[in-house]
Amino acid sequence: MTDQTIPVAIKPASGARAAPGNPLKRFFQATEIDTRLLGMVVAMLLIWLGFHVLSDGLFLTSRNLWNLSVQAASVSVMATGMVLVIVTRNIDLSVGSILGFVGMIMAVTQTKFLPVWLGYDHPLTWILALSIGIALGAAIGAFQGAIIAFLNVPSFIVTLGGLLVWRGAAWMVTSGATVAPMDTKFRLMGGGADGSIGATASWIVGVIACVFIVLSILHSRKQRKRFGFPLKPIWAEFFVGIASCGIVLGAVKVLNSYYMPVNLARRYAEEHGIAWPENGLDIPLGIAIPVLIALSIAIGMNFLTNRTRFGRYVFAIGGNPEAAELAGIKTRWVTVRLFALMGALCAIAAAISTARLNAATNAQGTLDELYTIAAAVIGGTSLAGGVGTIAGAVLGALVMQSLNSGMVLLGMDAPLQSIVIGMVLVLAVWLDTIYRARAR
Amino acid sequence: MTQNKTPLVEMRNVSISFGGIHAVDGASVDLFPGEVVALLGHNGAGKSTLIKILSGAYRRDSGEILINGEAADINNPRDAKKYGIETIYQTLAVADNVDAAANLYLGRELRTPWGTLDDVAMEAKAREVMGRLNPNFQRFKEPVKALSGGQRQSVAIARAILFDARILIMDEPTAALGPQETAQVGELITQLKREGIGIFLISHDIHDVFDLADRVFVMKNGRVVGHARTEDVTKDEVLGMIILGKVPPGATAGPGAMQMA
Repeated sequence: MTDQTIPVAIKPASGARAAPGNPLKRFFQATEIDTRLLGMVVAMLLIWLGFHVLSDGLFLTSRNLWNLSVQAASVSVMATGMVLVIVTRNIDLSVGSILGFVGMIMAVTQTKFLPVWLGYDHPLTWILALSIGIALGAAIGAFQGAIIAFLNVPSFIVTLGGLLVWRGAAWMVTSGATVAPMDTKFRLMGGGADGSIGATASWIVGVIACVFIVLSILHSRKQRKRFGFPLKPIWAEFFVGIASCGIVLGAVKVLNSYYMPVNLARRYAEEHGIAWPENGLDIPLGIAIPVLIALSIAIGMNFLTNRTRFGRYVFAIGGNPEAAELAGIKTRWVTVRLFALMGALCAIAAAISTARLNAATNAQGTLDELYTIAAAVIGGTSLAGGVGTIAGAVLGALVMQSLNSGMVLLGMDAPLQSIVIGMVLVLAVWLDTIYRARAR
Repeated sequence: MTQNKTPLVEMRNVSISFGGIHAVDGASVDLFPGEVVALLGHNGAGKSTLIKILSGAYRRDSGEILINGEAADINNPRDAKKYGIETIYQTLAVADNVDAAANLYLGRELRTPWGTLDDVAMEAKAREVMGRLNPNFQRFKEPVKALSGGQRQSVAIARAILFDARILIMDEPTAALGPQETAQVGELITQLKREGIGIFLISHDIHDVFDLADRVFVMKNGRVVGHARTEDVTKDEVLGMIILGKVPPGATAGPGAMQMA
């Protein structure tokens, strides 16, 4: 083909950078901030402020926010997969039941089977149990995906069947008996005093994240230069970079200012040979391991969505399944792989929630499918397919959990809580519909 | 002139039926390099079905497909692409929710050495191809859903050109377009012809394609009524072929021609 230079690119492409309009509009265009996502963040902050005022200052405390982050982890992990499932115009109603079943299997593996060979509290137990869980979750997902893709049974039906099947299977593993306690290493995945990485490590994680933010801004600038695309204004790059790093370090600061409760701190001091002073000791918990897992999953899924063929195909299928097929994409295999991925994410969520509870019950994850779908939908995933973001889903999970814990803090009755959550879900989707209609 | 060469595409006695209905019944068509062949007929005449067999969307029940004189085995869209056959569908088959560059490369994405998508390189190439095709096109960052019919059509055509298509199938290429955009597609077809690409135009409206085509094939009830060089027949005569199956003197009769007493 011709190897000429590209005259088109030299002009200000799509007129974005030089666009007229009010300063606010220009600001968003220059920084390329997703206004929808920003709106969600603002909405969440308003919810937080509202609860803070109503609960007389109990909500916006490092303790509550730390707990919030841990509680949102499990649903957030599943929501990142649910976004992609919904993007392809499918649905997965079985995630809660898969969580229950896989959690049960992982629990039995580490308490009954592995100790026979390895003895109790072997260092390999947790990783073996987790690997078996992930493999099982992926296999269940792939099986359901294969029925959807190759036998053409609608995903709603297949996973509705799965919801009943895997919940029943979870019961049958131990005839309904609860399995506890978990392996001590496995338990770290659930957070708690031991399952947090402490202040120093949290700061290191925060700084590494900032380095990555800066590097990715530089890389994107380099790439744009390489092909002669218009660059963002320098001030916009600086603004985005500084704001992102500020948010990361601010979050670390908040999580680091939640200290261990006195009893735990005393035990920790004894174990580590630290003298116990008269007025107690402030030992920061830092980022909880489940939160770290959820964040890594979110970053990984974001990468998968935006930077790989698989992610591109998922969105292409969601936008126009026929066009995707005609373009030579093996749409059926993409569906199978997607459901397998969803199953594996359920297994990770199962590890987090069984570890946090330090037990596996046959009812674990009941109704989680609805929270997961709600998180994805509140996060801007369109049930018509083709639209959705990982960041939105994670925010959606946070919003759902904020509502939950906020209402618990206010001492609301459980039935009232579900009424509120149900109404918020409908309201959120309605507002989003209006936003999309106006964005046209 | 072209008649002495090997046809780029030759479909011989191709048949397909759906549930007992012969959608295409023993149809034969051919196409030479740098030639535009229009495939005409009413809705349901079998022209789209015939061409979907060539593009791999349907599998034929019987018959042969020859590409450059050699038997070709086309069972799915991927096979067809291997033979350089690219199709631009009636329904404007683009993935609505991804941008132009992503559509251009859908199914054959450029990747970085790490195996990730090389979006920047894809966008650069997309800008180059689109610049040649439709210099006014600037909306590279938006999902193609936001584009006009003509812009979407040019994305679809750019996609075909990008992969060095040798055989281009255009199903109702101008049906969704305004007059200006139709003229643009016409110019584009002339340009593609010069590059030696063979083009099948499918339409139920003779006015859309008559001036663009070198030859016409007319189908009726799944069979080929006949074919003719456009310079040997008038529009009215071709209309007679479409409506009545009546073959004028300037045309060669096919198996579907009206049987004269």
